Amino acid sequence: MSTPRTLFDKLWDSHVIALREDGEALLWVDRHFVHEGSHHAFRQLDAKAMTVAEPALTFGIADHYVPTRGRPHIADPEVAGMVGRLSDNAARHGFRLFGLDDPAQGIVHVVGPEQGLTLPGLLIVCGDSHTSTHGAFGAYAFGIGASEVAHVLMTQTIWQRKPRRMRITVNGSLGPHVSAKDLALHVIAAIGTNGAQGHALEYAGPAITALSMEGRLTLCNMSIEAGARCAMVGPDETTFAWVRGKPFAPAGAALDDAIAAWRGLATDAGAVFDREVSIDGAAVAPTVTWGVSPEDALPISARAPFAQSDDPARASYIAGALDYMGLEGGMALSEIRVDRVFIGSCTNARLEDLRAAAAVLRGRKAVVPGLISPGSSLVKRAAEAEGLDRIFTEAGLSWAESGCSMCVGMNGDLVASGERCASTTNRNFRGRQGLGARTHLMSPAMVAAAAVTGRLTDVRTLPALAS
Amino acid sequence: MERFTTLTATACPLGLANVDTDQLIPARFMKRSRAEGYGGFLLHDLRFEPDGAARAGFRLDDPRYAASRILVARRTFGTGSSREAAVYALWDYGIRCVIAPSFGDIFASNAVKNGLLPALVSDADCERLLAELARAPQPQLTVDLEALTITGAGLSLPFSLDPVRRLQLLNGWDDLDLTRRHSAEIAGFRAARPDWTWPTTPSARA
Ligand code: SF4
Repeated sequence: MSTPRTLFDKLWDSHVIALREDGEALLWVDRHFVHEGSHHAFRQLDAKAMTVAEPALTFGIADHYVPTRGRPHIADPEVAGMVGRLSDNAARHGFRLFGLDDPAQGIVHVVGPEQGLTLPGLLIVCGDSHTSTHGAFGAYAFGIGASEVAHVLMTQTIWQRKPRRMRITVNGSLGPHVSAKDLALHVIAAIGTNGAQGHALEYAGPAITALSMEGRLTLCNMSIEAGARCAMVGPDETTFAWVRGKPFAPAGAALDDAIAAWRGLATDAGAVFDREVSIDGAAVAPTVTWGVSPEDALPISARAPFAQSDDPARASYIAGALDYMGLEGGMALSEIRVDRVFIGSCTNARLEDLRAAAAVLRGRKAVVPGLISPGSSLVKRAAEAEGLDRIFTEAGLSWAESGCSMCVGMNGDLVASGERCASTTNRNFRGRQGLGARTHLMSPAMVAAAAVTGRLTDVRTLPALAS
Repeated sequence: MERFTTLTATACPLGLANVDTDQLIPARFMKRSRAEGYGGFLLHDLRFEPDGAARAGFRLDDPRYAASRILVARRTFGTGSSREAAVYALWDYGIRCVIAPSFGDIFASNAVKNGLLPALVSDADCERLLAELARAPQPQLTVDLEALTITGAGLSLPFSLDPVRRLQLLNGWDDLDLTRRHSAEIAGFRAARPDWTWPTTPSARA
């Protein structure tokens, strides 16, 4: 009998083209997403006078730098140049582009799953660290740097060393109004930003199986913030139901073949992980960050820490984080006033996220300004068909086009210096949302609650919340 | 790619923890072409006030460390965004080696692909390096990749690096050279990929 294998072992084994004595393996890449920020890689290609090896497996998307208002016009000439260069490269090398004028344009990690380009069993790379998102389908997906992007473009392969395997089992179930985002922040706070470094992370357990695809995408998206380069959930009926009927996904007999193969991807009973962590789903509360790293996360009922620790480096870290965030040690998180809110990004701007925010905002007014940028243009139209856009605009928030928007502070959507933003994004690093911006990460429902009260708020305490 | 064997140079005890790639180069500078050089953007928002004036007391701009080619930082250097521009900013500034107790995965890989050495030391050794470099009359270190040692400022310490990455840096190997030796296997593997792994063309499906 063969040795029991984990989901990750199976994904790895099925992509190894060649194994070197030193342990590095050459892996086949099934999907490669490039964006307008991939210009360094295309320049490397040009310098070597090479072409794209597999245009049919390469997909371009304009998302990182694009404006979310006034489209299709791009006011910033540098951005217009970058988007233009991506179009030129797509035309020259013959790969499919989801450009600014494409009805299916959106953030790369939202578009891949939506188009059926992301499938179980595939190896997926992109020059963006949150490529881990696609692992939600039971794919091996990870972010790469520009030199690796160039290598994949030229060869459709990538050199990797096999990571160790780690499993996080989430038992029980998440409470009402506790989402995958809260779970993700809870996990990162529990294991730290280094906690999964060097590991391929698999999520398992009843609380994970119960998650929708959207929730699994959010969880795998945030796993990079725990140091994991890739994260995954075993494919099941929820996964297969999502894939069915998506534009680029197999159909008919090909889909039956695929599903048969995908069923075999589950981790075998008795397979060994290098590290196991287990978490009680019922213990996860709505969670927010107070500091400048995603691991600085606490339940909304908690207080900001004091700058005290036996470890002087830790104490000085807390002091620096409190100072940057403009907070006092010991203050209740629910007393923190926000200046604006943002709902968007590849973490939390799919339809389910917008519905969760709308459920809180329906019939209410926001007391601070805010921006909502859907994860893709298809999500935008679906939300409008349900009337979600009107709930947002009637609450006083702005409804924009799709892109990375205020997640990254390089496309015109910025949090002003010193301003505090309740945000559904994935990084609260210093300056991430703009120079001097103060970011608090949380779920879409929690951002909506903050919009209504003007301070960080436990969404469960709002009266008469339709559930 | 440039080879890295040994380097003797001024070393700056930066001492910061959690220097993510958004700090190494803020996103707003990444629209620029590399041809302009990214060195001026390195750690920009930590080095400069919003009005562009140099921030007083920032180690990298201390004349003692002006010619630094080595940086010593605390834990989790280079986490976050996969932007290779973070390595370009270090490289264009003149940095060839970063010493720290842990690195972001993608950063370390990007670094090696550009000839920059991410040298891993223990937390205790990192603290000793920071302390000694801060008081040494001549803040200079020799990093020997063959021997995996750091010497100078009155110290002699080991460091580690993944053996494959070490070989790549020592030889200046480019991944593409290595991959080309496997073209026949790649073609064979491609031909055996199951049909369902290829994207269908929506127009062909109706
Ligand atoms: S939304 Fe943010 S995290 Fe996601 S791909 Fe864009 S920049 Fe990266």
